[in-house]
Amino acid sequence: MVHQYKSNGYNIVLDVNSGCVHVVDDLAYDVIALWEKSTPEEITAAMLEKYADQPDITQTEIEQVIADVRSLQEDGSLFSEDVYRDAVIDFKKRNAVVKALCLHVAHDCNLGCKYCFADEGEYMGRRALMSFEVGKQALDFLIQNSGSRVNLEVDFFGGEPLMNFDVVKQLVAYGRSQEKEHNKKFRFTITTNGVLLNDEILDFVNQEMGNIVLSIDGRKEVNDRMRPFRNGNGSSYDLILPKFKKVAESRQQDRYYVRGTYTHFNKDFASDVLHLADQGFEQISVEPVVAPASQPYAIREEDVPELCAEYDKLAKEILARRKAGKGFNFFHFMIDLTGGPCIYKRISGCGAGTEYLAVTPWGDLYPCHQFVGNTDFLLGNVYEGIKNTELQDRFKLCNVYARESCKDCFAKFWCSGGCSANAYHFSGDINGNYEIGCELQRKRIECAVMIKAAEAAQDAEQAEE
Amino acid sequence: KRIQTLNSRNLKETLKVGGCGECQTSCKCTVANQHC
Repeated sequence: MVHQYKSNGYNIVLDVNSGCVHVVDDLAYDVIALWEKSTPEEITAAMLEKYADQPDITQTEIEQVIADVRSLQEDGSLFSEDVYRDAVIDFKKRNAVVKALCLHVAHDCNLGCKYCFADEGEYMGRRALMSFEVGKQALDFLIQNSGSRVNLEVDFFGGEPLMNFDVVKQLVAYGRSQEKEHNKKFRFTITTNGVLLNDEILDFVNQEMGNIVLSIDGRKEVNDRMRPFRNGNGSSYDLILPKFKKVAESRQQDRYYVRGTYTHFNKDFASDVLHLADQGFEQISVEPVVAPASQPYAIREEDVPELCAEYDKLAKEILARRKAGKGFNFFHFMIDLTGGPCIYKRISGCGAGTEYLAVTPWGDLYPCHQFVGNTDFLLGNVYEGIKNTELQDRFKLCNVYARESCKDCFAKFWCSGGCSANAYHFSGDINGNYEIGCELQRKRIECAVMIKAAEAAQDAEQAEE
Repeated sequence: KRIQTLNSRNLKETLKVGGCGECQTSCKCTVANQHC
Protein backbone atom coordinates (compact mmCIF):
# COMPACT_ATOMS: atom_id res chain seq x y z
CA MET A 1 0.00 0.00 0.00
CA VAL A 2 1.28 3.43 -0.98
CA HIS A 3 -0.02 6.81 0.18
CA GLN A 4 0.85 9.93 -1.81
CA TYR A 5 0.18 13.52 -0.84
CA LYS A 6 1.45 17.03 -1.43
CA SER A 7 2.18 19.32 1.51
CA ASN A 8 3.97 22.65 1.84
CA GLY A 9 5.62 22.21 -1.57
CA TYR A 10 6.77 18.63 -0.97
CA ASN A 11 5.60 15.55 -2.86
CA ILE A 12 5.59 12.73 -0.34
CA VAL A 13 5.20 9.00 -0.92
CA LEU A 14 4.68 6.69 2.07
CA ASP A 15 5.21 2.98 1.58
CA VAL A 16 2.99 1.70 4.35
CA ASN A 17 4.21 -1.86 4.82
CA SER A 18 7.94 -1.14 4.81
CA GLY A 19 7.66 2.19 6.64
CA CYS A 20 9.82 3.85 3.97
CA VAL A 21 9.24 7.51 3.17
CA HIS A 22 10.19 9.01 -0.18
CA VAL A 23 10.25 12.66 -1.25
CA VAL A 24 9.89 12.91 -5.02
CA ASP A 25 9.60 15.45 -7.82
CA ASP A 26 6.46 15.96 -9.91
CA LEU A 27 7.43 13.44 -12.59
CA ALA A 28 8.20 10.64 -10.12
CA TYR A 29 5.02 11.51 -8.18
CA ASP A 30 2.93 11.04 -11.34
CA VAL A 31 4.73 7.85 -12.36
CA ILE A 32 4.13 6.31 -8.92
CA ALA A 33 0.45 7.32 -9.06
CA LEU A 34 0.02 5.35 -12.30
CA TRP A 35 2.25 2.43 -11.32
CA GLU A 36 -0.32 -0.16 -10.31
CA LYS A 37 -2.89 0.59 -13.00
CA SER A 38 -0.78 1.12 -16.14
CA THR A 39 1.98 -0.57 -18.10
CA PRO A 40 5.40 1.13 -18.37
CA GLU A 41 4.59 1.99 -21.99
CA GLU A 42 1.29 3.60 -20.99
CA ILE A 43 3.02 5.55 -18.21
CA THR A 44 5.68 6.81 -20.62
CA ALA A 45 3.06 7.95 -23.13
CA ALA A 46 1.00 9.68 -20.44
CA MET A 47 4.05 11.50 -19.05
CA LEU A 48 5.24 12.62 -22.49
CA GLU A 49 1.81 14.10 -23.07
CA LYS A 50 1.54 15.74 -19.63
CA TYR A 51 5.04 17.24 -19.68
CA ALA A 52 5.13 18.09 -23.41
CA ASP A 53 5.96 21.72 -22.57
CA GLN A 54 9.01 20.73 -20.47
CA PRO A 55 11.92 19.91 -22.80
CA ASP A 56 14.08 18.41 -20.03
CA ILE A 57 11.52 15.64 -19.48
CA THR A 58 12.45 13.30 -22.30
CA GLN A 59 11.48 9.72 -22.96
CA THR A 60 14.88 8.65 -21.63
CA GLU A 61 14.30 10.62 -18.43
CA ILE A 62 10.86 9.06 -17.92
CA GLU A 63 12.23 5.57 -18.52
CA GLN A 64 14.93 6.25 -15.92
CA VAL A 65 12.29 7.18 -13.35
CA ILE A 66 10.36 4.02 -14.19
CA ALA A 67 13.56 2.01 -13.66
CA ASP A 68 14.13 3.75 -10.31
CA VAL A 69 10.60 2.95 -9.14
CA ARG A 70 11.01 -0.67 -10.22
CA SER A 71 14.29 -0.87 -8.32
CA LEU A 72 12.63 0.46 -5.14
CA GLN A 73 9.84 -2.06 -5.58
CA GLU A 74 12.34 -4.90 -5.98
CA ASP A 75 14.22 -3.97 -2.81
CA GLY A 76 10.97 -3.82 -0.81
CA SER A 77 10.76 -0.10 -0.12
CA LEU A 78 7.91 0.77 -2.48
CA PHE A 79 4.68 -1.15 -3.15
CA SER A 80 5.81 -3.68 -0.53
CA GLU A 81 3.52 -6.46 0.68
CA ASP A 82 1.96 -6.86 4.12
CA VAL A 83 3.68 -9.92 5.60
CA TYR A 84 2.86 -9.25 9.25
CA ARG A 85 -0.67 -10.42 9.87
CA ASP A 86 -0.11 -14.09 10.85
CA ALA A 87 3.01 -13.44 12.91
CA VAL A 88 1.39 -10.67 14.86
CA ILE A 89 -1.83 -12.51 15.62
CA ASP A 90 0.25 -15.40 17.05
CA PHE A 91 2.19 -12.84 19.06
CA LYS A 92 -0.97 -11.31 20.47
CA LYS A 93 -2.26 -14.69 21.67
CA ARG A 94 0.74 -15.16 23.96
CA ASN A 95 0.51 -14.76 27.70
CA ALA A 96 1.06 -11.04 28.06
CA VAL A 97 2.67 -9.67 31.19
CA VAL A 98 1.75 -6.44 32.93
CA LYS A 99 4.31 -3.67 32.57
CA ALA A 100 2.44 -0.47 33.41
CA LEU A 101 -0.12 0.69 35.94
CA CYS A 102 -2.12 3.87 36.07
CA LEU A 103 -2.68 4.47 39.78
CA HIS A 104 -5.76 6.54 40.49
CA VAL A 105 -4.45 7.90 43.76
CA ALA A 106 -7.27 10.46 43.94
CA HIS A 107 -10.83 10.28 42.70
CA ASP A 108 -11.24 13.91 43.58
CA CYS A 109 -10.22 17.19 42.00
CA ASN A 110 -9.90 20.87 42.83
CA LEU A 111 -10.89 22.00 39.33
CA GLY A 112 -14.19 21.49 37.55
CA CYS A 113 -13.04 21.07 33.95
CA LYS A 114 -16.08 21.01 31.70
CA TYR A 115 -14.76 18.34 29.33
CA CYS A 116 -13.36 15.99 32.00
CA PHE A 117 -14.01 12.35 31.00
CA ALA A 118 -13.54 11.51 34.69
CA ASP A 119 -16.61 13.47 35.81
CA GLU A 120 -14.56 16.08 37.73
CA GLY A 121 -12.32 13.31 39.02
CA GLU A 122 -14.97 11.09 40.52
CA TYR A 123 -15.41 8.66 37.62
CA MET A 124 -19.17 8.45 38.01
CA GLY A 125 -18.62 7.12 41.52
CA ARG A 126 -17.62 8.52 44.87
CA ARG A 127 -14.81 10.78 45.98
CA ALA A 128 -11.94 8.70 47.31
CA LEU A 129 -8.21 8.72 47.94
CA MET A 130 -6.03 5.63 47.51
CA SER A 131 -4.49 4.36 50.73
CA PHE A 132 -0.83 3.37 50.93
CA GLU A 133 -1.92 -0.23 51.55
CA VAL A 134 -3.90 -0.43 48.29
CA GLY A 135 -1.07 1.28 46.37
CA LYS A 136 1.54 -1.07 47.86
CA GLN A 137 -0.57 -4.07 46.88
CA ALA A 138 -0.83 -2.63 43.35
CA LEU A 139 2.97 -2.36 43.08
CA ASP A 140 3.34 -5.92 44.42
CA PHE A 141 0.78 -7.07 41.83
CA LEU A 142 2.81 -5.35 39.10
CA ILE A 143 6.09 -6.90 40.22
CA GLN A 144 4.53 -10.36 40.47
CA ASN A 145 2.78 -10.16 37.09
CA SER A 146 5.53 -8.56 35.02
CA GLY A 147 7.44 -11.76 34.26
CA SER A 148 11.01 -11.09 33.17
CA ARG A 149 10.29 -7.48 32.16
CA VAL A 150 12.76 -5.14 33.81
CA ASN A 151 11.27 -1.74 32.96
CA LEU A 152 8.00 -1.06 34.75
CA GLU A 153 5.92 2.11 34.61
CA VAL A 154 3.66 3.63 37.23
CA ASP A 155 1.68 6.77 36.48
CA PHE A 156 0.10 8.74 39.31
CA PHE A 157 -3.23 9.91 38.00
CA GLY A 158 -6.60 11.15 39.13
CA GLY A 159 -8.62 13.21 39.56
CA GLU A 160 -5.80 15.34 40.86
CA PRO A 161 -3.00 13.14 42.26
CA LEU A 162 -1.41 15.94 44.27
CA MET A 163 -4.48 15.81 46.54
CA ASN A 164 -2.88 12.60 47.85
CA PHE A 165 0.79 13.55 47.66
CA ASP A 166 1.87 11.82 50.88
CA VAL A 167 0.76 8.47 49.47
CA VAL A 168 2.53 9.24 46.18
CA LYS A 169 5.78 9.77 48.12
CA GLN A 170 5.31 6.59 50.14
CA LEU A 171 4.59 4.52 47.03
CA VAL A 172 7.64 5.83 45.19
CA ALA A 173 9.80 4.96 48.20
CA TYR A 174 8.25 1.49 48.38
CA GLY A 175 8.78 0.92 44.66
CA ARG A 176 12.42 1.96 44.87
CA SER A 177 12.93 -0.39 47.84
CA GLN A 178 11.79 -3.34 45.71
CA GLU A 179 13.85 -2.67 42.58
CA LYS A 180 17.07 -4.46 43.47
CA GLU A 181 15.48 -7.55 45.00
CA HIS A 182 13.23 -8.15 41.98
CA ASN A 183 15.52 -6.81 39.20
CA LYS A 184 13.01 -4.15 38.21
CA LYS A 185 13.34 -0.49 37.30
CA PHE A 186 10.36 1.74 38.01
CA ARG A 187 9.64 4.74 35.83
CA PHE A 188 7.28 6.95 37.79
CA THR A 189 5.26 9.70 36.10
CA ILE A 190 2.56 12.10 37.22
CA THR A 191 -0.18 14.18 35.61
CA THR A 192 -1.28 17.31 37.46
CA ASN A 193 -3.40 20.42 37.06
CA GLY A 194 -0.78 22.32 39.05
CA VAL A 195 -3.09 23.86 41.63
CA LEU A 196 -1.25 22.29 44.59
CA LEU A 197 2.22 22.34 43.04
CA ASN A 198 4.85 23.86 45.36
CA ASP A 199 8.63 23.79 45.80
CA GLU A 200 8.63 20.68 47.99
CA ILE A 201 6.57 18.74 45.46
CA LEU A 202 8.66 20.03 42.56
CA ASP A 203 11.90 18.90 44.21
CA PHE A 204 10.42 15.45 44.74
CA VAL A 205 9.09 15.25 41.17
CA ASN A 206 12.45 16.29 39.74
CA GLN A 207 14.21 13.66 41.80
CA GLU A 208 11.84 10.76 41.13
CA MET A 209 9.57 11.29 38.13
CA GLY A 210 10.57 10.35 34.60
CA ASN A 211 7.91 12.65 33.22
CA ILE A 212 5.40 15.18 34.46
CA VAL A 213 2.35 16.26 32.48
CA LEU A 214 1.09 19.76 33.26
CA SER A 215 -2.48 20.47 32.22
CA ILE A 216 -3.09 23.87 30.60
CA ASP A 217 -5.14 24.60 27.50
CA GLY A 218 -3.31 27.59 26.03
CA ARG A 219 -4.48 31.20 25.99
CA LYS A 220 -5.91 32.47 29.27
CA GLU A 221 -9.47 32.92 28.03
CA VAL A 222 -9.45 29.46 26.41
CA ASN A 223 -8.02 27.77 29.50
CA ASP A 224 -10.28 29.50 32.01
CA ARG A 225 -13.43 28.87 29.98
CA MET A 226 -12.96 25.10 30.22
CA ARG A 227 -10.82 24.70 33.36
CA PRO A 228 -12.57 26.69 36.12
CA PHE A 229 -12.15 26.19 39.84
CA ARG A 230 -14.95 24.17 41.36
CA ASN A 231 -16.38 27.26 43.05
CA GLY A 232 -16.19 29.19 39.79
CA ASN A 233 -14.02 31.97 41.25
CA GLY A 234 -10.61 33.09 40.00
CA SER A 235 -8.40 32.11 37.09
CA SER A 236 -6.69 28.73 37.08
CA TYR A 237 -4.42 30.06 34.29
CA ASP A 238 -3.06 32.85 36.50
CA LEU A 239 -2.34 30.39 39.31
CA ILE A 240 -0.67 27.62 37.31
CA LEU A 241 1.27 29.40 34.56
CA PRO A 242 4.15 30.69 36.73
CA LYS A 243 4.38 27.31 38.46
CA PHE A 244 4.55 25.46 35.14
CA LYS A 245 7.28 27.79 33.86
CA LYS A 246 9.28 26.95 36.96
CA VAL A 247 8.78 23.21 36.37
CA ALA A 248 9.95 23.48 32.75
CA GLU A 249 13.09 25.43 33.64
CA SER A 250 13.91 23.22 36.62
CA ARG A 251 13.83 20.18 34.31
CA GLN A 252 16.00 21.89 31.67
CA GLN A 253 13.05 21.95 29.24
CA ASP A 254 13.02 18.16 29.12
CA ARG A 255 10.96 15.23 30.49
CA TYR A 256 7.73 17.19 30.82
CA TYR A 257 4.76 18.22 28.70
CA VAL A 258 2.38 21.09 28.98
CA ARG A 259 -0.75 19.40 27.76
CA GLY A 260 -3.95 21.08 26.63
CA THR A 261 -7.27 20.09 25.15
CA TYR A 262 -8.85 21.96 22.27
CA THR A 263 -12.58 21.93 21.62
CA HIS A 264 -15.19 23.21 19.18
CA PHE A 265 -14.76 26.57 20.94
CA ASN A 266 -11.11 27.03 19.89
CA LYS A 267 -10.73 25.53 16.46
CA ASP A 268 -7.87 28.03 16.03
CA PHE A 269 -5.89 25.87 18.47
CA ALA A 270 -2.58 26.60 16.72
CA SER A 271 -2.79 29.95 18.48
CA ASP A 272 -2.91 28.12 21.80
CA VAL A 273 0.09 25.98 20.91
CA LEU A 274 2.05 29.07 19.86
CA HIS A 275 0.93 30.93 22.97
CA LEU A 276 2.43 28.15 25.10
CA ALA A 277 5.61 28.28 23.00
CA ASP A 278 5.74 32.06 23.47
CA GLN A 279 5.58 31.48 27.22
CA GLY A 280 8.84 29.54 26.92
CA PHE A 281 7.57 25.95 26.90
CA GLU A 282 9.45 23.59 24.57
CA GLN A 283 7.48 20.36 25.10
CA ILE A 284 3.86 20.95 24.12
CA SER A 285 0.80 18.86 23.41
CA VAL A 286 -2.60 20.28 22.57
CA GLU A 287 -5.09 17.57 21.66
CA PRO A 288 -8.68 17.36 20.43
CA VAL A 289 -11.39 16.81 23.00
CA VAL A 290 -13.14 13.45 22.72
CA ALA A 291 -16.73 13.99 23.73
CA PRO A 292 -20.23 12.91 22.70
CA ALA A 293 -21.74 14.99 19.90
CA SER A 294 -24.43 16.21 22.31
CA GLN A 295 -21.88 18.38 24.14
CA PRO A 296 -21.60 21.95 22.83
CA TYR A 297 -17.79 21.80 22.99
CA ALA A 298 -17.51 18.49 21.08
CA ILE A 299 -15.59 18.32 17.81
CA ARG A 300 -18.01 17.79 14.93
CA GLU A 301 -17.48 16.23 11.54
CA GLU A 302 -17.93 19.63 9.89
CA ASP A 303 -15.06 20.99 12.03
CA VAL A 304 -12.53 18.57 10.54
CA PRO A 305 -11.47 20.54 7.41
CA GLU A 306 -10.85 23.65 9.52
CA LEU A 307 -8.88 21.64 12.09
CA CYS A 308 -6.78 20.01 9.36
CA ALA A 309 -5.96 23.45 7.94
CA GLU A 310 -4.94 24.50 11.44
CA TYR A 311 -2.52 21.55 11.69
CA ASP A 312 -1.00 22.58 8.33
CA LYS A 313 -0.58 26.13 9.60
CA LEU A 314 1.03 24.90 12.81
CA ALA A 315 3.46 22.62 10.95
CA LYS A 316 4.69 25.51 8.80
CA GLU A 317 5.10 27.75 11.84
CA ILE A 318 7.06 25.08 13.70
CA LEU A 319 9.46 24.83 10.75
CA ALA A 320 9.86 28.61 10.64
CA ARG A 321 10.56 28.79 14.37
CA ARG A 322 13.09 25.97 14.23
CA LYS A 323 14.89 27.75 11.42
CA ALA A 324 14.98 30.88 13.58
CA GLY A 325 16.38 28.93 16.53
CA LYS A 326 13.12 29.09 18.50
CA GLY A 327 11.92 25.55 17.96
CA PHE A 328 9.73 23.45 20.20
CA ASN A 329 8.34 19.92 20.16
CA PHE A 330 4.68 19.32 19.40
CA PHE A 331 3.72 15.87 20.71
CA HIS A 332 1.58 14.82 17.75
CA PHE A 333 4.12 15.96 15.15
CA MET A 334 6.95 13.91 16.64
CA ILE A 335 7.70 10.89 14.48
CA ASP A 336 10.68 8.57 14.32
CA LEU A 337 11.33 7.48 10.74
CA THR A 338 14.68 5.79 11.28
CA GLY A 339 14.18 3.86 14.54
CA GLY A 340 11.01 3.54 16.47
CA PRO A 341 9.30 0.39 17.62
CA CYS A 342 9.14 -3.03 16.01
CA ILE A 343 6.18 -4.20 13.96
CA TYR A 344 4.74 -6.11 16.94
CA LYS A 345 4.45 -2.92 18.96
CA ARG A 346 3.11 -0.96 16.00
CA ILE A 347 0.28 -3.39 15.49
CA SER A 348 -0.50 -4.04 19.16
CA GLY A 349 -0.73 -0.41 20.25
CA CYS A 350 -0.99 0.66 23.86
CA GLY A 351 -1.62 -2.74 25.45
CA ALA A 352 -4.65 -1.56 27.42
CA GLY A 353 -6.21 -4.43 29.34
CA THR A 354 -3.13 -6.62 29.02
CA GLU A 355 0.20 -4.85 29.51
CA TYR A 356 -1.39 -1.71 30.91
CA LEU A 357 -4.03 -1.52 33.65
CA ALA A 358 -5.70 1.21 35.67
CA VAL A 359 -6.17 0.83 39.44
CA THR A 360 -8.98 2.59 41.33
CA PRO A 361 -8.48 4.01 44.85
CA TRP A 362 -9.94 0.80 46.29
CA GLY A 363 -7.86 -1.52 44.11
CA ASP A 364 -10.17 -2.49 41.25
CA LEU A 365 -8.49 -3.15 37.90
CA TYR A 366 -9.72 -1.71 34.60
CA PRO A 367 -8.23 -1.90 31.07
CA CYS A 368 -7.25 1.77 31.20
CA HIS A 369 -8.17 5.03 32.88
CA GLN A 370 -10.83 5.77 30.26
CA PHE A 371 -12.84 2.68 31.23
CA VAL A 372 -12.75 3.29 34.98
CA GLY A 373 -16.24 3.60 36.42
CA ASN A 374 -17.88 1.42 33.77
CA THR A 375 -18.32 -1.86 35.64
CA ASP A 376 -18.81 -3.74 32.35
CA PHE A 377 -15.03 -3.35 32.05
CA LEU A 378 -14.06 -4.41 35.57
CA LEU A 379 -11.20 -6.91 35.15
CA GLY A 380 -10.47 -7.84 38.77
CA ASN A 381 -8.56 -6.29 41.64
CA VAL A 382 -5.02 -6.01 42.96
CA TYR A 383 -5.65 -8.63 45.66
CA GLU A 384 -7.09 -11.42 43.51
CA GLY A 385 -5.66 -10.40 40.13
CA ILE A 386 -7.49 -10.68 36.81
CA LYS A 387 -10.81 -12.44 37.32
CA ASN A 388 -12.60 -11.54 34.09
CA THR A 389 -10.27 -13.42 31.74
CA GLU A 390 -12.85 -13.40 28.94
CA LEU A 391 -12.72 -9.60 28.88
CA GLN A 392 -8.92 -9.59 28.96
CA ASP A 393 -8.86 -12.03 26.03
CA ARG A 394 -10.91 -9.53 24.02
CA PHE A 395 -8.33 -6.83 24.73
CA LYS A 396 -5.49 -9.23 23.89
CA LEU A 397 -6.81 -9.47 20.36
CA CYS A 398 -7.13 -5.72 19.88
CA ASN A 399 -4.82 -4.90 17.00
CA VAL A 400 -4.72 -3.21 13.64
CA TYR A 401 -5.98 -6.33 11.85
CA ALA A 402 -8.99 -6.64 14.15
CA ARG A 403 -10.27 -3.25 13.02
CA GLU A 404 -11.94 -3.30 9.64
CA SER A 405 -11.49 0.45 9.21
CA CYS A 406 -7.71 0.17 9.60
CA LYS A 407 -7.28 -2.29 6.75
CA ASP A 408 -6.85 0.32 4.03
CA CYS A 409 -5.53 3.16 6.20
CA PHE A 410 -2.04 4.44 5.44
CA ALA A 411 -1.54 5.51 9.07
CA LYS A 412 -2.08 2.11 10.67
CA PHE A 413 1.55 1.36 11.58
CA TRP A 414 2.05 4.82 13.08
CA CYS A 415 -1.27 4.92 14.89
CA SER A 416 -1.62 1.25 15.89
CA GLY A 417 -5.34 1.22 15.40
CA GLY A 418 -6.22 4.08 17.67
CA CYS A 419 -7.72 4.13 21.14
CA SER A 420 -9.96 1.25 22.26
CA ALA A 421 -11.76 3.52 24.72
CA ASN A 422 -12.58 6.13 22.09
CA ALA A 423 -13.69 3.35 19.74
CA TYR A 424 -15.95 1.91 22.43
CA HIS A 425 -17.46 5.25 23.39
CA PHE A 426 -18.30 6.11 19.79
CA SER A 427 -19.11 2.74 18.24
CA GLY A 428 -19.92 0.50 21.21
CA ASP A 429 -17.07 -1.84 20.20
CA ILE A 430 -13.46 -1.77 21.42
CA ASN A 431 -12.48 -2.82 17.90
CA GLY A 432 -14.63 -0.16 16.28
CA ASN A 433 -13.36 3.26 15.36
CA TYR A 434 -13.85 6.94 16.07
CA GLU A 435 -13.83 8.46 12.61
CA ILE A 436 -13.14 12.09 13.58
CA GLY A 437 -10.15 10.90 15.60
CA CYS A 438 -8.92 8.89 12.61
CA GLU A 439 -9.20 11.85 10.23
CA LEU A 440 -7.23 14.10 12.57
CA GLN A 441 -4.64 11.40 13.22
CA ARG A 442 -4.02 10.93 9.49
CA LYS A 443 -3.56 14.67 9.09
CA ARG A 444 -1.09 14.85 11.98
CA ILE A 445 1.00 12.04 10.52
CA GLU A 446 1.06 13.78 7.14
CA CYS A 447 2.25 16.98 8.85
CA ALA A 448 4.85 15.11 10.91
CA VAL A 449 6.35 13.46 7.83
CA MET A 450 6.29 16.77 5.93
CA ILE A 451 8.33 18.36 8.73
CA LYS A 452 10.88 15.55 8.38
CA ALA A 453 11.00 16.12 4.60
CA ALA A 454 11.53 19.85 5.07
CA GLU A 455 14.27 19.30 7.65
CA ALA A 456 16.02 16.84 5.32
CA ALA A 457 15.87 19.43 2.53
CA GLN A 458 17.28 22.10 4.85
CA ASP A 459 20.09 19.77 5.93
CA ALA A 460 20.93 19.07 2.28
CA GLU A 461 20.98 22.81 1.51
CA GLN A 462 23.33 23.49 4.42
CA ALA A 463 25.62 20.63 3.36
CA GLU A 464 25.91 22.17 -0.12
CA GLU A 465 26.81 25.56 1.37
CA LYS B 1 17.33 13.64 -7.34
CA ARG B 2 13.90 12.74 -8.60
CA ILE B 3 13.36 10.29 -5.71
CA GLN B 4 14.91 10.77 -2.27
CA THR B 5 14.32 8.19 0.45
CA LEU B 6 14.28 9.65 3.96
CA ASN B 7 14.78 6.33 5.72
CA SER B 8 16.25 3.05 4.60
CA ARG B 9 15.02 0.94 7.50
CA ASN B 10 12.39 -1.62 6.67
CA LEU B 11 9.77 -2.70 9.20
CA LYS B 12 10.05 -6.24 7.88
CA GLU B 13 13.49 -6.46 9.49
CA THR B 14 11.89 -6.17 12.93
CA LEU B 15 9.75 -9.29 12.47
CA LYS B 16 12.59 -11.55 13.61
CA VAL B 17 14.21 -9.41 16.30
CA GLY B 18 11.32 -7.34 17.68
CA GLY B 19 8.79 -8.09 20.37
CA CYS B 20 11.01 -7.85 23.46
CA GLY B 21 8.32 -5.79 25.20
CA GLU B 22 10.74 -3.60 27.15
CA CYS B 23 9.61 -0.43 25.40
CA GLN B 24 7.58 2.25 27.10
CA THR B 25 3.80 2.15 27.07
CA SER B 26 2.41 4.39 24.37
CA CYS B 27 -0.82 6.37 24.25
CA LYS B 28 -0.85 9.51 30.14
CA CYS B 29 5.19 8.76 23.70
CA THR B 30 2.93 7.68 20.90
CA VAL B 31 3.77 4.69 18.74
CA ALA B 32 4.90 7.15 16.06
CA ASN B 33 7.56 8.75 18.25
CA GLN B 34 8.35 5.77 20.45
CA HIS B 35 11.93 5.05 21.38
CA CYS B 36 13.34 1.53 21.12
